[in-house]
Amino acid sequence: MESFAYKTPQSVAEAVQLATGEAKLIAGGQSLLPSMKLGLAAPSALIDLGRIADLRTIKVETGQVTIGAMATHASVAESAEVKAAIPALAELAANIGDRQVRNRGTLGGSLANNDPAACYPSAVLGLGAMVHTDRRTIAADDFFKGLYETALDEGELITSVSFPIPKRAKYIKFKQPASRFSLVGVFVSQGPAGTRVAVTGAGAGVFRVKALEDKLATHWAPESCAGVTVSADGLNSDLHGSAAYRAALIPVLTQRAVAAS
Amino acid sequence: MNARQSFIGQRIERREDARFLTGNGQYTDDITLAHQTYAYFLRSPYAHAKIKSIQIAAAKQAAGVVAVFTGADFREVGGVPCGWLITSVDGTPMKEPKHPVLCDDKVLFVGDAVALVVAETLEQARAAAGLIEVDYEELPAVVDVDRAKGAAAVVHDIAPDNVCYEWALGDKAAVDAVFAQAPHVTTLQFKNNRLIPNAIEPRAANASYNPSDESYTLYVTSQNPHVHRLLMCAFVLGIPEHKLRVVAPDVGGGFGSKIFLYIEETALVWASKRVKRPIKWTCERGESFQTDAHGRDHSTRAELATDLDGKFLAMRVHTEANLGAYLSTFASSVPTILYATLLAGQYTTPKIYCAVTGVFTNTTPVDAYRGAGRPEATYVVERLVETAARELKIDQAEIRRRNFITSFPYATPVALTYDTGNYEAHMAAAIELADVKGFGARKLASEAKGLKRGIGYSAYIEACGLAPSNIAGALGARAGLYEAGEVRVHPTGKVTVFTGSHSHGQGHETTFAQVVAARLGIPLEDVDIQHGDTGKVLFGMGTYGSRSLSVGGTAIIKAVDKVIAKGKKIAAHLMEASDTDIEFDNGVFKVAGTDKSVPFASIALTAYVPHNYPLDKLEPGLNENAFYDPTNFTFPAGTYICEVEVDPQTGATRVDRFTACDDFGNIVNPMIVEGQVHGGIAQGIGQALLEHAVYDSQSGQLLSGSYMDYAMPRADDLPEFRIGTVSGTPCTHNPLGVKGCGEAGAIGSPPAVINAICDAIGVSDLPMPATPHVVWSAIQQAH
Repeated sequence: MESFAYKTPQSVAEAVQLATGEAKLIAGGQSLLPSMKLGLAAPSALIDLGRIADLRTIKVETGQVTIGAMATHASVAESAEVKAAIPALAELAANIGDRQVRNRGTLGGSLANNDPAACYPSAVLGLGAMVHTDRRTIAADDFFKGLYETALDEGELITSVSFPIPKRAKYIKFKQPASRFSLVGVFVSQGPAGTRVAVTGAGAGVFRVKALEDKLATHWAPESCAGVTVSADGLNSDLHGSAAYRAALIPVLTQRAVAAS
Repeated sequence: MNARQSFIGQRIERREDARFLTGNGQYTDDITLAHQTYAYFLRSPYAHAKIKSIQIAAAKQAAGVVAVFTGADFREVGGVPCGWLITSVDGTPMKEPKHPVLCDDKVLFVGDAVALVVAETLEQARAAAGLIEVDYEELPAVVDVDRAKGAAAVVHDIAPDNVCYEWALGDKAAVDAVFAQAPHVTTLQFKNNRLIPNAIEPRAANASYNPSDESYTLYVTSQNPHVHRLLMCAFVLGIPEHKLRVVAPDVGGGFGSKIFLYIEETALVWASKRVKRPIKWTCERGESFQTDAHGRDHSTRAELATDLDGKFLAMRVHTEANLGAYLSTFASSVPTILYATLLAGQYTTPKIYCAVTGVFTNTTPVDAYRGAGRPEATYVVERLVETAARELKIDQAEIRRRNFITSFPYATPVALTYDTGNYEAHMAAAIELADVKGFGARKLASEAKGLKRGIGYSAYIEACGLAPSNIAGALGARAGLYEAGEVRVHPTGKVTVFTGSHSHGQGHETTFAQVVAARLGIPLEDVDIQHGDTGKVLFGMGTYGSRSLSVGGTAIIKAVDKVIAKGKKIAAHLMEASDTDIEFDNGVFKVAGTDKSVPFASIALTAYVPHNYPLDKLEPGLNENAFYDPTNFTFPAGTYICEVEVDPQTGATRVDRFTACDDFGNIVNPMIVEGQVHGGIAQGIGQALLEHAVYDSQSGQLLSGSYMDYAMPRADDLPEFRIGTVSGTPCTHNPLGVKGCGEAGAIGSPPAVINAICDAIGVSDLPMPATPHVVWSAIQQAH
C-alpha cells in the first residue's frame, strides 16, 4: 500500500471541500481498503466520513425509512424501526458479508461503489428509493449506471437514502460459493413505488425485470413467475455460473421471494 | 491395565492448544533477528515467456535496498531436486529438467520467480521490485492436463512432447484379455480437480549466516526440517550439512505443501551469506495461491469389468497427471507409486492395469496434498464400484460385500500386501450410524419439499506409514523413509523426547507424550516432546503420509524400550538381583516374586549420580535413541456414507448427513483422531463441492487466485459429522498397533459425496467440484 494523507472532516461541507483531485472519500472502507492493499487504488488522501455524526441517523417517518449514508450494515440489521417498517431491508443488511464487514461497511459506501454483486443496490432499486446527496436527490431508477458506475458527480457525496415503506418485500440472495457475494440476488416489492423486481449479481449492475414485474403487478403470487423466462443476453458468465444459469435463477428466486414476502 | 497405561485411548486435551489459542505460538514470521532485512520476490506475470533482458540498476539504487539478485547469480548452484525417480515403461528415466532457484532465461508459470530484492523493510523491497524492468517475449502456454502431451507449446526442451514419463503397473495383456470377454464393463471418464492447499499460515523463511564459524541458520515453515537441510546442502547449494541448522518452529498447517524444498528458502540461505545479514520472507496470500505446490489434477479413463453378479474381474485405468512446470520434491511419485498401488481398494479384483502419463504444463508445480495419490485412486475405485452397482441394479453395500477381501495377509495385484482389516465391520457400523434404513422415509420427505435426496458410499483404503525403505527404494525413492527418536531421561526422572516427526496441527506433543508416559509409567506432565530443529533432533524424515505415530512413534517406543532395558540393569545392581529377574511395571522396577522395588526416578538419579553403579559394565546416564524402518505400510480403511439434498431448480447441494467409520487400528487419543477425521472430511467435501484451481487455458493466468474465486469449505457448508471410529484391527507390524489417521477423511469423502449427488439427480457422472452450476447443468442435460 502506498502512503496517503488522512483527513477527518467534521461536516459534509468540509468533506466535499476536501474531496478533490486524487483524494478519495472513505466510508467503511470494505472495498476501498482491499483494493489499496492490492495496489489497485492509490489515493493521495483518504477523507474519512466517520466523524460526521449526522450521516449515521436512521429515522422512520410517515411512509418512508431514511437511513444515513454512514449507517453500518449492522446498525441497519439491528434497527428495531427498520425491522418493523421494512423487514426485508433489515434482513438484507444482516446477510451482507461477515460480522466484521457488517460492523464497518455502510449503505452509502456500498451504493457509491456499486459493485455489480453487492446487495444494497437491489434494495434501493427494488424499493424505488431516493438517494440524497450533498447537492440533490436522485431517484433509484436514475442512480445506477452499470459496472461500478453511478449518477454521482466527481466529489458528490451521498448523505442518506429514503426507502418508501412497501406493502410487502423480500430479498433472496443465491451466493457465489467463494466470495459469498450474490451470484444472483433478487429483491421484490410491492408498494408506493409499484411492483418491482430488482436483480443484482447477474449483470453489469443492478437491473429490473419487466416481464416478472408485469406478471406480479397483475397477481402477486409465486405462480405468476411460472413460465417467465429471462434472456441470458448481457448477463455475467464466469467461473461460478454461466449467463444461462444466472438467467434461469432469476425467475426461480423471484418466485421464492414472492412466496416468502 | 494400570493407571499410567490408561493414558492410551484417553481423550486428553491437546497440550499445544493453550499456546495456539492464546496467540502465543511462535511461527517463522514471529522471529525477527538483529539486523533483520526483508525479501520480496519479483514474479512472472506470464505463464510462459523468454526473458530477453532484466534491468536491476534502478532497483539497486532505490531507498533501503541491500541487494538485488537474479537468475544469473544462481547459475553456479544446483536446481531444486526431485526425490523420486520414475522409470517409463520403455526403461528410460523420467525427464528431469533443472528447476533453477531464480529463472534465468525463461519463465514457466505465472508466479515463477525472476528476481529477489533484499531491503531494510518489506515495503522498500516491494517498491524496489517495481523498478525492475524485465523484457519478456511471451510464448504460447499449455495448462490443461489432457492437452499437454504433444502440444505446440513446449515447456521444457528436454521433453519436447511435454511428457515427463509414461509409467505403468500391472499386466496389460492379461487385463485386456479379461475385458475382451467381460459380461459387463463400467466406464467412467473424469477429472480429479486441481486443488490449492491453503494452509492458514503462509510459507515463510528467515535465513542468516554467521561468518565467525561459516554456519547458517534457517527458520522455515517445514514439515521435515532435516529433509530441507539435506536437499538444500547436498543437491543445491553445496553447504556442508553440519553448517546449516534448519528450524521449523510452530507451523500453521501443511497438508503436504510444506514438505517440499522451495526456491524461496533456498534463495534466502544463499543470499544471507552475500548480504551478511538475516533475510526474512513471508509469502503473501496471493503468492501462496500461485506458488504453493498444488494437488490432484488428473484426467482419467477408468473401466471395471464385472460378471453379472457384480463380481469384479479386472480394472483398467489410464491417467494423465499434471506435474506443473517443474518437478516438485515428491511430484513424480504421487500419481504413480502412491496412486496405482491403491487401485485394488478393499476388493479382490484379481487383475489391474494402470498406465500414467505425467505431463509438464505452464502451471504451478503439483505435488502431494493431503492423501497424495490415494484420494485420486479412491475416487477411481469408489466411483466405478458405485456406478457398476447402479448399472447392475445391485445394492451398493451388497456389491462391495461380494468383493471384499476377507482373508489376510492379502497380496493385491498392484504390489501391496495388506496385513489386516475387517471391511464388513466398518461398513456395517457405517450403515447403522448413518441410519440407512431410514433413508427411504427421508427421501420422501425431501420430495415433498421439492428436493431430491441421494445417498452415496465410499469404502476407501490407504497405504500409510511411509515407508519400508527397501520397497520405496526399489520403486525409485531416493531417500530412506524411516524415522528417528531420542529419549533423554533427566536425573530427576523427567523425560524429554526428541522426534524427527514434525507437528503442524497433528497434536504430537500430546499423543507422543501419552505413549511415552504410558510406556514408562510416569505422569504425563513429566514428558516433553521436542521436534522441528536439526540442532536438537538427531535426524528425521518428517511428517507426511499419515506416518508420524506409526513410524515416528515406533522409533520413540524403541528408544523407550532401550531406556527400560538399561534401567533393568541398574535396578538389578541396586537390588542385588539378576537382570533377568527384574520386571518393569507402571513406573517401578521390581525383583520378580519379591517385594523389592525401585521407582523409575531413582534409577534415573542413579544413572546420573553413579556412586553405587556397575561402572565396570555400564555407562552412566540414561539417554537412548533409535531409528525405525517399517517392515510394511499400514492400511487404514473405512466406510463413509454421504446423504445429500439437492435443490433441482438451483442445483444447490446440501450435505445433510456425513458418516465416517474408520479402522485406524489402536487409538491413542480418540479426540485428536476424530479432529483429524473432521478436518480431512472438510477438505474432501471441499474438493467434491467447492474447491477448484482454474487456469485460463489460453493465457495460463490463475483465475481462482484469491478467496473471492477459490471456495474454501466453511462451517456452514458442512453437516455435523457422524464419526464412528470402530474398534479396529490393530496393525500387525508396529508395537503400537496403529495405522495412521491424518489423511483418511480427505481420501474417503469425495467419491461418497459425488455418488450421493449422482444418486439424487439420476446421472451417471458429475465433474468435481459439483457446484450449483455444475449440478444444475447436469440436471438440464439429463432432461
